[in-house]
Amino acid sequence: MSTSATGVDELPISSGDDVVRVRQLVRTRAQGIRLSLVDQTKLVTAASELARNTLVHGGSGTARIEVVQRAGRSGIRAVFSDEGPGIPDLDLALTAGWTSGGGLGLGLSGAKRLVDEFDIDTEVGRGTSVTVVKWSR
Amino acid sequence: MAENDGQHLLGLLLQDEQALLERWLRDAAVHLQGRASSAELERAFRDLLTALAKGVSGGGLDLDHEAYGEVRALLSELSRDRARRGFTPSETAVSVFSLKGALFDLAARAGQGTDAILVASRWVDALGLLTFDSYVRAREEVIAEQSEQLMELSTPVVKLWEGVVAVPLIGTLDSARTQIVMEKLLQTLVDTGSEHAIIDITGVPAVDTEVAQHLLKTVVAARLMGAECTISGIRPQIAQTIVALGIEFGDIPTKANLADALLHALRGSGVEVVRRRSGGGR
Repeated sequence: MSTSATGVDELPISSGDDVVRVRQLVRTRAQGIRLSLVDQTKLVTAASELARNTLVHGGSGTARIEVVQRAGRSGIRAVFSDEGPGIPDLDLALTAGWTSGGGLGLGLSGAKRLVDEFDIDTEVGRGTSVTVVKWSR
Repeated sequence: MAENDGQHLLGLLLQDEQALLERWLRDAAVHLQGRASSAELERAFRDLLTALAKGVSGGGLDLDHEAYGEVRALLSELSRDRARRGFTPSETAVSVFSLKGALFDLAARAGQGTDAILVASRWVDALGLLTFDSYVRAREEVIAEQSEQLMELSTPVVKLWEGVVAVPLIGTLDSARTQIVMEKLLQTLVDTGSEHAIIDITGVPAVDTEVAQHLLKTVVAARLMGAECTISGIRPQIAQTIVALGIEFGDIPTKANLADALLHALRGSGVEVVRRRSGGGR
């Protein structure tokens, strides 16, 4: 884990243990900006889903976690990037219940509902990058 | 050349073994500050010196030579022991590096030049690296053992009542743990002939789709064995997260806490819990 002066943490995701580490880091950061318990849990769960997606579908990748400010509010931004196969049909992937990997098929769509901002950037053969932000109230 | 260097080194090692040992012990003890008894250190170092002399005379400076087999064994035993007793890596390696000062002294006294000192220095460095490697290996073994123990420890299946067993889950629920939980639960159901199982997730910090899927599988397996399964310990933030994720627990009964789940299971098995009327005498 490396922390720069701007407070950006970058963690590798290459094993199930790394998913746990990402989750713990997100929780610590969320507590740091005093996110409510419900919002903490939502963000941590979303991070868990996305980190696992990075591992399962992307093969491996990185998670970048940082504290962001906008209009007097603080938030946590988490970016999950991989250089995996990418998502051929984004609409399908975001459909609740659709799965390509034997899971419940709720990870990506669920994560989107758990956060305030959700942005996905994917290209077949190049990889996928998912950015989420959760703002404090 | 290398053979010659080895001869010099062997000469140093054998020249005044007692003086070398004493100096080595003194240097090492300074760094260990009483964490290892002097008798213990002396025994270990004496064995090492004997093995080292054997190694140098048979294999020169090449630590991979089979003549060094005993040295490697002793060093890895030393590091393993230190790692298990909680010594730091530097406290472990310093025991080997302390040999340098003693060797340099002897070399200087024997009138040997910087070349000989350089050779001795490299040789001790290599020994130190060997110690580091074994230390790290031993530490990794300890960690692996601990996580295995933790996995076993953290999944007890407890009997709450005749016919009611509970699994209090604590920590992260991954596939490996789910497997253990499921096996233990199913075995306990058979052993105790229980018809009710309660899976308590109060200690699970986050329920994501993977955790939910594992829970559902465990419940289905328990049901296949004829047991009724309840999931308890669903805290408010977890409930809201589960809803947002869109996870459906279907017809699986869920309760906010273990007490409610136990009551539910007792009622299910025909036990009625009533409060004794107060003031009604004995």
